[in-house]
Amino acid sequence: MGEPAVKIEESKVVADEGLNRGMERLTPEKIEKVIQSVLKSETGSRLKVYVDTCVHCGLCSEACHFYLSNEKNPSFSPAGKVKQTLWEMLKQKGKVSPEFIRRASEIASTECNLCRRCSMYCPFGIDIAYLMLVVRRICHKLGVTPQYIQSTAHSHSATMNQMWVKEDEWIDSLMWQEEEAREEFPNLRIPLDKEGADIFYSVIAPEPKFRAQLIYQAAAIMHKAGLDWTMPSTPGWDNSDMCMYTGDNEVMGRLKKAHFESAMKLRVKRIVMGECGHAFRSVYDMGNRWLTWRMPPVPVTHAIEFYAELFKAGKIKLAKKYEQPVTLHDPCNIVRGRGLHEMARYVVNETCEKFIEMEPNREHNFCCSAGGGVINCGPPFRNKRVEGNKVKAEQLFVAKSKGAKTVIAPCHNCHGGLEDIIHHYGLGMELKFLGDIIYECMEK
Amino acid sequence: MDGSGKWDWDIGKKEIADINKWKETFEWVEEIYSSPDGEKAAAVVKTGEAEFSVCENGTAWENVFDKVWSLRFAPDGRLAGIVSDTGEWTLAVDGETWESRFEFVWNMQFSEAGEGIIAAAQSGRKYLAVVNDTPWENGFADMANLTPSKDGTGAAAAVQTVPFGESEIFKFQEGCYSVAVDGKTWDKNFVNVWEIAFSHDRKHVAAEVRTSLYDYTIAVDGVPWNQVFSSVWKPLFAPNDASVITAPVRIGGAWTLAKNGQAIWDKKFPQLWHHAYSPDGKKIAAIVSPKFGRWTVAVDAELWKLTFGDAVTDAVFSPDGKRVACCGKENGKWTIAFDGNVWGGIFDMAWQPVWSPDSLHVAAKLEKNRHYFIMIDGLPVKKGLEAAWDPIFSPDGKKILLRGIEDGKYFREVLPLK
Amino acid sequence: MHGLYNFVSGPMVWIAFILFIGGCLYRLVSLASLAKEKDTAVYAYMDFYYALRSIFHWIIPFGSENMRRQPLMTLFTFAFHICLICVPLFLFAHVVLWKESWNISWGFLSDSTADVMTLIVIASCIFFLVRRLTRPEVKFLTNRSDFIILAIVAAPFITGFWAYHQWAGYRMMLILHILSGEIMLIAIPFSRLSHAIFFPLTRGYMGSEFGAVKNAKDW
Repeated sequence: MGEPAVKIEESKVVADEGLNRGMERLTPEKIEKVIQSVLKSETGSRLKVYVDTCVHCGLCSEACHFYLSNEKNPSFSPAGKVKQTLWEMLKQKGKVSPEFIRRASEIASTECNLCRRCSMYCPFGIDIAYLMLVVRRICHKLGVTPQYIQSTAHSHSATMNQMWVKEDEWIDSLMWQEEEAREEFPNLRIPLDKEGADIFYSVIAPEPKFRAQLIYQAAAIMHKAGLDWTMPSTPGWDNSDMCMYTGDNEVMGRLKKAHFESAMKLRVKRIVMGECGHAFRSVYDMGNRWLTWRMPPVPVTHAIEFYAELFKAGKIKLAKKYEQPVTLHDPCNIVRGRGLHEMARYVVNETCEKFIEMEPNREHNFCCSAGGGVINCGPPFRNKRVEGNKVKAEQLFVAKSKGAKTVIAPCHNCHGGLEDIIHHYGLGMELKFLGDIIYECMEK
Repeated sequence: MDGSGKWDWDIGKKEIADINKWKETFEWVEEIYSSPDGEKAAAVVKTGEAEFSVCENGTAWENVFDKVWSLRFAPDGRLAGIVSDTGEWTLAVDGETWESRFEFVWNMQFSEAGEGIIAAAQSGRKYLAVVNDTPWENGFADMANLTPSKDGTGAAAAVQTVPFGESEIFKFQEGCYSVAVDGKTWDKNFVNVWEIAFSHDRKHVAAEVRTSLYDYTIAVDGVPWNQVFSSVWKPLFAPNDASVITAPVRIGGAWTLAKNGQAIWDKKFPQLWHHAYSPDGKKIAAIVSPKFGRWTVAVDAELWKLTFGDAVTDAVFSPDGKRVACCGKENGKWTIAFDGNVWGGIFDMAWQPVWSPDSLHVAAKLEKNRHYFIMIDGLPVKKGLEAAWDPIFSPDGKKILLRGIEDGKYFREVLPLK
Repeated sequence: MHGLYNFVSGPMVWIAFILFIGGCLYRLVSLASLAKEKDTAVYAYMDFYYALRSIFHWIIPFGSENMRRQPLMTLFTFAFHICLICVPLFLFAHVVLWKESWNISWGFLSDSTADVMTLIVIASCIFFLVRRLTRPEVKFLTNRSDFIILAIVAAPFITGFWAYHQWAGYRMMLILHILSGEIMLIAIPFSRLSHAIFFPLTRGYMGSEFGAVKNAKDW
C-alpha cells in the first residue's frame, strides 16, 4: 500500500479537521474504489497522455513559487507533487493508505495554486494544474478536503454564494451602498433586476460581506460613464466558485448555471465582473465547460477589460493621476487565463503617474500563492502559503527598491495573498485594486 | 390570462401615456412596466427628497415611501411593488400596502394567473414566506428557492431546519435543510434542497435534493426516490397526473430524463435541462446539448436537426402540444427557432416566443441596436420601438396586442392577423 | 553467431518496424478514440493555428523562457534530439541498407560527421544521467524506468560507435547495435519515449488553450 512519499515530521503536520476527520473515516476498500472510479469514469485521454508523456526531466520545477521559496525542495516541484499523489495512486492502482490521501489532499489543495505557470515551463505543455484538480476531485469524493474551503463549498451549495450571505443581506448591501453613494452622486442608482440592460454586473460574495466599498466604486464608475447596467436581487449574483477548487464539479456546474441563467433571464448583453481572478476562470473556462457551454453563453468582460474599454471610449474622465509610483501584479487567471496584461498596463498608464514593472511579469509573473483556493483553506495553512512565496516578496522588494510604493492587484485572492506577504516580510507597500485608483482619480 | 377575453380587442392604436411628460413631472422615472392588457404603464418615481412613489398612467399613487422596488404587473393586471414604509418593509398592491410588515421583503412572485402574490420576508433573523399578505406561522434560520403554488394560495421553499456553525462541515453533511410547504417542514432533512415544483392540484411538492455530498435525487413530499444520481435538475409534475414526477438526471457523466426514479428516455446527452410538458401532458420537451458545445431541443427524446453553438433557452410548447418554439444563440446573435426551423434575421436579444391559441403562429419580441421589434412568424409587424413588451394573441387567435414606446409615448395597439 | 546475426538483421527488423509503426498508430488511434469518448472538449478547443504557433516556439532552440533559463540543458536537449534523429536516418551505412533492400536512397552524412554526432548523443546521455543523479528536483522524479529508457536510447549509439571503429569484439557489437536499435524502435510507442509522438498533441493542445481561448503565450 502506498505511503506518503515524503515523510513529514510530526510537528509539521497541520491540524485541520477536514483532513483529519476525513482521513479517519476512510477504509482501504473505499479509497481503492473511489480512485478507480474517478480514474476510470471521469478521466480519459488527457490524464493518460500527460502521465505517459512526462519524461521526469524536472524542468517544470523552476516555474513553481513553492519550489523556489522552499530552498528548491523537490517535493514542492510541480512534477514532484504529481509524483507524490497521482503517480502513486496509478502505480498502486488505488491501493493507498488513508494517510497517503490526507497528504495528497494537503499537497493538491494547499501546496499548489493551480496557477498554470508550470504548463509554460514544461516542454510538453503538460497541464499539471489539471492533474492536481484530478487529485482534489478524488479527495473530494473521499471526503478529505481542508475544513475552511469545504465550509465555503457548503456555503456555495446552500446559498449560491461563497460567504453564507443571506438573500436579504445581499440586497441590503446594495441598497446601503446606493444610499451612501447618493451622498456623492445624487442621482446614482444600483438598478436591481433591470430587464434588457446592457450590463449585468456580478461580484464575489466577499464584496458585500467585507469590501462593500468596491460595489460603491463600481456603481460610481457605471454612473459617471452613463452605462445601462443592473445587478440581480436573487441568487446568481455571485460569480465566485470554490467548488471548482474542491473538486465538487457538480456544485460548480450548479453555481455557473445559476449565474448565467440569472443574466439570461434579465436579457442582458453581457456580464461585467469585478476584479476577481478565480471567478473568471470559473465562468470562462471551467464552469461553463462542465455544463457543455463551449464559451460562456453570455459574454463575460473582466473589470480590466471593462476599464480599458471605458478609457478608450473616453467615458471616464480623470481629475488627476495617481501620484505614488505603482507596480502591477498580473493575476494568473486573467493573464495566463485571458491575456489581459496589456490592457491592465494601458489602464495603469492612463491612471497613474509612474508605473514600474515587476520582474518577471505578464504571463511569467509569479502567483500570489493565495489563488487556486489555497487562501480559502484558511489559517491552518497560512504560514505555509506565505513562507511558500518568498520569491513573491523578493519580486515585490525589487519593485519597491526601484521606487514602487503601491502594488496594484486586480484580483481579490491576489489581494489577500499579497496583503499577507507584504505584512509578513515587512515590505510596507500599499495594495490597491484598479477600481480603487480609478475611483480616487476620476472626475466626480 | 383567462381575463384577456374582456380586454379591448378593437383594431387600432391607443396612446396611453407620455413618458416624456412623466420625466418633466418627477425628479426621476425608473423602468417602465406595462400591464398585460396594455391599458396601463407604471414606473417607480421620485416624488421628493428621499421620497418615492409609483406613477401609473401619469398619476402618482397617493402613498409615498422611503423606497419602492421590484415593481411589476401581476398576470391579472394588479400592480405590486416592494416598499419601505417608515423603516418597515411590505408590499404595496395597486397603491395599498399590505398589513403585514417585516424587517425586509424581497423576491416578489406571482402565481401563474396572478391571483397569488408571494414574497420572501425576514424579521428578527427569521426567514419566511408571505402569501397574499399572510405570513407563514414559522420562520426559519434561512430560506431559498421560494416557489408559489400554481393557484397562488400557497408557497414552498428550501429552509434551514438544523442550526450549525459555518465551520461545522461534518454537521452540515448530516443534513440541515428541508422543504417547508406553507410553513410546515418535511420530516426528512437533506444536505441541500434546490429547486421546487408544486403539482398542478397543489397537493404535492417535489424538490431537487442532495442526500450526501455525492448523491442527488428528487424528493416528493419528503420522500426521496430510491435511486440516486451524480446530479439532477428541477423536477416537474405531469400536468394531469400528480403521481408522475420527471426530472433530468445525470448517470455515468451524461444526462437523461427520469420518471419517478427510472430513466424514460433511451438517449443520454452531455446536457439536458429545462424540460417542459405539453399542456395535455402527453409530450415532454427539453433543452439538450447533443454534443459538447452544441444545443438544441428534444421532444420526447427526438432531437431537432437544427443546433445552436452558444445557447438555447425558453423552449415553449404550442397550446395544442404539437409544436415547440425557443430562443437560440449562435456566434453571439439571437434568433427564434420553432420545430427545428429558424427565423431569418439575427438580433442582439430575443425574448421567449408566444404561440397563438390555434398554435398556427408564433410571435416574439426582439432587439437590435437598442431598437425593439415585434415579429410574427419571422416577419416584423413593428420595428424600431424604444421599448416593447411581449405580444399577446387574442383568445380567438385573429388579432394581436402590441405594447411599446415610440417617441416617448407608451401605446397599445391591436392588429388583425393576416 | 551467424544465425543470430541473420535473425536480428532479418526477421527482427520486420518485427521492430511493424511494432514501431503499428504501435505508434495504435497509440494515436486509441488516444483519439478515448478522447472522443471521455474528453470531447479537447476536440472543441483544438486550434490548428495556435497549436502550430506553440509547437514552433518549442522546437526552436531557446524559443521559450525556460529554455533560456536552462542554457546547458537546452543545448544538450537540442543537440541530442537532432543527432538522435539524423544519425540513424542519414548514416551512410544505413542509407546503403535502404538502397540494397528497397532500392530507395537519400542524402547521407559523412562518416566523420556522423561520428561526431554519435559522440554528441552519447555525451548527452551522460549529461542526462549525471543530471538525473545530481539535480535534486530530477532525482526526486527518477525511478528505475528512467535509467532503462536512457540505456535503451544510448545503447544503439554506443554499440554503433564501437562497431564502426572495429574495436575488440565488434562483430558481437554489430549484432548488439542492430538489436538495441530494434529495441529502441519498439520501445518508442510503448514507453515514455512515446513523448516523441505525443509532443505535437500535448504541446498543440496547450497552445490551443492558451492561444485560442486564453489569449496568452505558452512559452
